[in-house]
Amino acid sequence: MFSKTLRISSSPHINKGVGVDVIMRNVVYALLPVAAFAVYAFGINALLVIVTSLIACVLTEHLLCRLSNRPSTIADGSAVITGLLLGLTLPPIFPLWMTFIGGVLAVALGKFIFGGLGYNAFNPALVGRAILQAAFPVAITTWHPAFLADRFTRVSESVLAFPFAKPVVDGISGATPLSAFKFDQVATESADLALGLISGSIGETSSLLIALGGLYLIVRKMMNWRIPVAILGAVYVLSGILYWINPEIYPSPEFMLFSGGLMLGAVFMATDMVGSPITPLGVVIYGIFIGLLVVVIRIWGGLPEGVMYAILLGNALSPHIDQLIRPRVYGT
Amino acid sequence: MLKFSSNTFKHGVHPPEHKEDTNKRPVRQFPFPPLIVLPMQQHIGKPAQVIVREGQEVARGQLLAKADGYLSVPMHAPVSGVVRKIANVPVIGGQKASGIYLETFPFSGQEVVEGAPVPLSASPEAILQGIQDAGIVGLGGAAFPTHVKLKIPEGKFCEHLIINGIECEPYLTTDHRVMLEQADDIFTGIRYLLRVTDAKQVIIGIEANKKDAADHLADRIPDDLPVKVKVVPVKYPQGAEKMLITALLGKEVPSGGFPIDVHAVAVNVATTAEIGRLLPHGRGIQERVVTITGPGIKKKGNYLIPIGTPLRFVLEHVGAAKNLSEIYMGGPMMGVSASDLDISIVKGTSGIVVFGDENVKKVDKIYPCIKCGACVDACPIYLNPSRLGILAKSEAYDAMAEEYHLMDCFECGSCSYVCPSNIPLVQYFRVAKGIVRKRKSAVAHV
Repeated sequence: MFSKTLRISSSPHINKGVGVDVIMRNVVYALLPVAAFAVYAFGINALLVIVTSLIACVLTEHLLCRLSNRPSTIADGSAVITGLLLGLTLPPIFPLWMTFIGGVLAVALGKFIFGGLGYNAFNPALVGRAILQAAFPVAITTWHPAFLADRFTRVSESVLAFPFAKPVVDGISGATPLSAFKFDQVATESADLALGLISGSIGETSSLLIALGGLYLIVRKMMNWRIPVAILGAVYVLSGILYWINPEIYPSPEFMLFSGGLMLGAVFMATDMVGSPITPLGVVIYGIFIGLLVVVIRIWGGLPEGVMYAILLGNALSPHIDQLIRPRVYGT
Repeated sequence: MLKFSSNTFKHGVHPPEHKEDTNKRPVRQFPFPPLIVLPMQQHIGKPAQVIVREGQEVARGQLLAKADGYLSVPMHAPVSGVVRKIANVPVIGGQKASGIYLETFPFSGQEVVEGAPVPLSASPEAILQGIQDAGIVGLGGAAFPTHVKLKIPEGKFCEHLIINGIECEPYLTTDHRVMLEQADDIFTGIRYLLRVTDAKQVIIGIEANKKDAADHLADRIPDDLPVKVKVVPVKYPQGAEKMLITALLGKEVPSGGFPIDVHAVAVNVATTAEIGRLLPHGRGIQERVVTITGPGIKKKGNYLIPIGTPLRFVLEHVGAAKNLSEIYMGGPMMGVSASDLDISIVKGTSGIVVFGDENVKKVDKIYPCIKCGACVDACPIYLNPSRLGILAKSEAYDAMAEEYHLMDCFECGSCSYVCPSNIPLVQYFRVAKGIVRKRKSAVAHV
């Protein structure tokens, strides 16, 4: 009657069914409103930058897998996230050829060189951005105002700049709130910051949409809520203390929270599972470390923004945190 | 007394329960198979020693094999019949082990022969001996000889007797039915257990998905017994002894220690019922309640099946799907895959869960560990399965045992269940534990 060979497997024989690809797909969903708002605010230029970054990341992942005779891993969705995140951290009129290089290097040097997904020490998108910042310091700090009337019809010359040609300086530029504060001591309204009615990197401007995306992932249990809470909490507390000491020279904590790349970094980059510690206490330490570094770099460092380096340093610290912070085992 | 408690252990998982398929179905007697295949080792410890000869006629309940030393239990005849052969029999995992083929008399009345009763008034030592003589082992699945577990070591004492009616494995409802149908046996069993443990209080732990059983037992607690029924939230693996003790008493059993280290003894509820049912009549275990369920089964239910009934016979009688694909002996979390249909029901078989071809999830892609920490949040004993998995892949077994408490893992499967990368963590740990044990014994023998 029963002639078939039985399948045997090692227990447990069931799985919850929320796979890596499902998690990655949901991160993409959470990022889509942020990207959509960015395109709405900065127009066709931002769209071109995001799409270029996406293509560069996915293509690089696919080709590198092929070259190393491994099955392509683009289906796991991590390259899509890297592409989206990198695009969102660049200025809206960033030259496409530079964007492309950033995408290639983000995946190649940020992830693949370590052995692919799961083995990378740093957030690949931030590795790509750090390289771009070092290589093209002018282009990556050339900002652009949001909500220009012709933003859906006019492609900036800077975006289409020919590779390695002398940089084209676009006629119009807008200082970011952080650089305005740091170099010109001009503070921006917090409400404008939260809603994204400001100049800045493509996806960094609408803190509200970023927070909503994060909330979605937290509710679906695909993001560790402790990380953004620890980072934002540390930033708020330290900058609050400084503001209380001297509101003349230090920015308000609300300004610190909603400006620059902090929200995007705290919600979507520092929470990269691979680069963050694994224990609940570990991630809190990691988050506080990043938050403090953000404030230190922004206020006392030479750069107006410090989120990228703060997270990269947090990634570097994360294995050491896991080595030190080990949960007490039951019954010991 | 019935008490609801929100106390539970930390971490754990919530797999889909699938208990509604069988939990309303009363236990039914299963037919006797024409041939009983009886392995001599159905318990942890040494195999029983055969004392019958080939060709001998035996009566149902008669002793077939005696215990070989202290960590061993005897085997009784599950049917009246004739001993056809004393030879190796197939056991789970594809191996063969010593056993008996027993041919059932087709027209026998299958009356059970009884031995000398063990009265409640007997000394604790005599009761422990009676429990061993009845061949009783942990019926929750572990099959550890119950008399060994109940022996209170010199210098220790038992305050809390815990009756484990948690049954946290998905699909299984045997303990649930036993609690609903054998309340008297359970309380008689508790009387015997109180005699041997000298416990001050008894807690019957039941999960909230079996509230009917909790009510049923609470209504029937004899006035002279210090019994409480405590209902705890549903969470896997609460049926694990250590987790249950933490849930009920708020204490942790020390690493490498036993419940008695926190003055507790925990016994499965079906085991308790068997003690209460068998000892007054001097009988031995010759059958057990088994949940047969899963999408591949037509007549799902709870059955009282003679020990040694071949799996093939069982499946034919419950209308198993022809294209059956996977069979778990026990639940899907900790049960073992049956490798063929010639193995038989043993004392530790709490359930048979059958999946047809269409119900089995195709082997999913295994992704690298992304350090999401889901396993860390699931592990009921707070290990770091992610780290252990990475160490296992590089064969760093000593580091696993010495730095990361590998040997505390009791293979509940919570980590693998939640892993988004489908990494077979428990499989890695099982292999690693085996290697560590081997290395330790090799060192000990140098």
